Amino acid sequence: MLTRRQLLTRAAGLVLIGYGFNGAWAETPAPKVYRIAARRFTYTPETLEIAANQPAIIELTVTDVLMGFALPSLHLRTDIIPGQIARLKLPALPAGEVPFLCDVFCGSGHEQMGGSLHVV
Amino acid sequence: MQNAINRRLFLQLAGAGGVVWVTGCASTPGNTASADFYFVQLSDTHWGFKGAAINPDSAGTFPKTIAAVNALNPPPDFVVFTGDLTHISDDPAERRQRLKQFKAMAATLTVPVVHYMPGEHDASLDNGAAYQEFFGATHYSFDHKGVHFIALDNVSDPHASIGAAQLQWLQADLATQAKDARIIVFTHRPLFDLYPSWDWATADGAQALALLEPYSDVTVFYGHIHQEHHQMTGHIAHHAAHGLMFALPAPGSQPKRTPIAWDATAPYKGLGYRRVAEAKGSAATLTELPLQGA
Repeated sequence: MLTRRQLLTRAAGLVLIGYGFNGAWAETPAPKVYRIAARRFTYTPETLEIAANQPAIIELTVTDVLMGFALPSLHLRTDIIPGQIARLKLPALPAGEVPFLCDVFCGSGHEQMGGSLHVV
Repeated sequence: MQNAINRRLFLQLAGAGGVVWVTGCASTPGNTASADFYFVQLSDTHWGFKGAAINPDSAGTFPKTIAAVNALNPPPDFVVFTGDLTHISDDPAERRQRLKQFKAMAATLTVPVVHYMPGEHDASLDNGAAYQEFFGATHYSFDHKGVHFIALDNVSDPHASIGAAQLQWLQADLATQAKDARIIVFTHRPLFDLYPSWDWATADGAQALALLEPYSDVTVFYGHIHQEHHQMTGHIAHHAAHGLMFALPAPGSQPKRTPIAWDATAPYKGLGYRRVAEAKGSAATLTELPLQGA
């Protein structure tokens, strides 16, 4: 038995799947949501496996100080503010490695703070 | 003229120093206000850094640099530090202690005029508050013998931005200059996207370059990347300086921007400083001086 909340969530997912930018019915999958947690001076995970050819959303949180999450090769970035969830939308990507780094100077380990998306 | 560099002598000095590189920033016709002089660029001293595998003489490298600059004859008209005077500390008290120690040591330079600028290690954790307590403004301009110098702060904002207010100030400052004025800009980070994957860029650097673009004789000297590097963006020349604590790898040459290990067979390899000679009617002359043997 589905709860009211589960029904609403699934309905929203069907809408996302069903309509493209022009409003026409299409087989566009809903973005898959991934999560990365940051703290000085690491991301967890440092290597995030994501599905190729599928839009994605990365939800980012941080437990201590203001940080950044930047994907320079995609010209995408977001601040990560303590106590908030930052959401970064990614387009469908081909298979490969996409490096990311912290682009907000956050302290003595800032320069080593980075990782990569493993797109498969 | 006191402190004027005999051009022949300077070229001799430059040849003795190692690499000689002549910029493409030739003076424009009719721009004859410049007088002969030279200044020294010191960068990325990272006072407070500790790591024997990277620099076992971390406490002695800056004094060695000061001694080398004090021995220059004739002396430079001024010295400019293009940021990262100190190495980062997460402890505000320790940060101030390092800035205090650096300032006391820099005071032993016998060159009468010294200009300071912050790097992200000095300023990004507190928006430049501690730096300003010791060294004052983080951006400013001054004129010297016909050259207009501008120090831009692209580090006090931890997002590596110059910011709207400072860009507005830059625009107003440039408005006082003729379009063919000789303009030298000092920054810590590169103003262009040298290698964003290593954070070697300025978030709004393109806006600063757009403001500088109408001026025909602009040269930028910066630090941050701990190695000599020369690049043009349009007609604007950009020159990165060696660091004075540790060297960093060439942009994108390895996965991580980790410091280059100390080479016991060539102590201080990759560390050095720069002399820049300005002469009216001709291009600036850059001389890269390695710290080894200094």
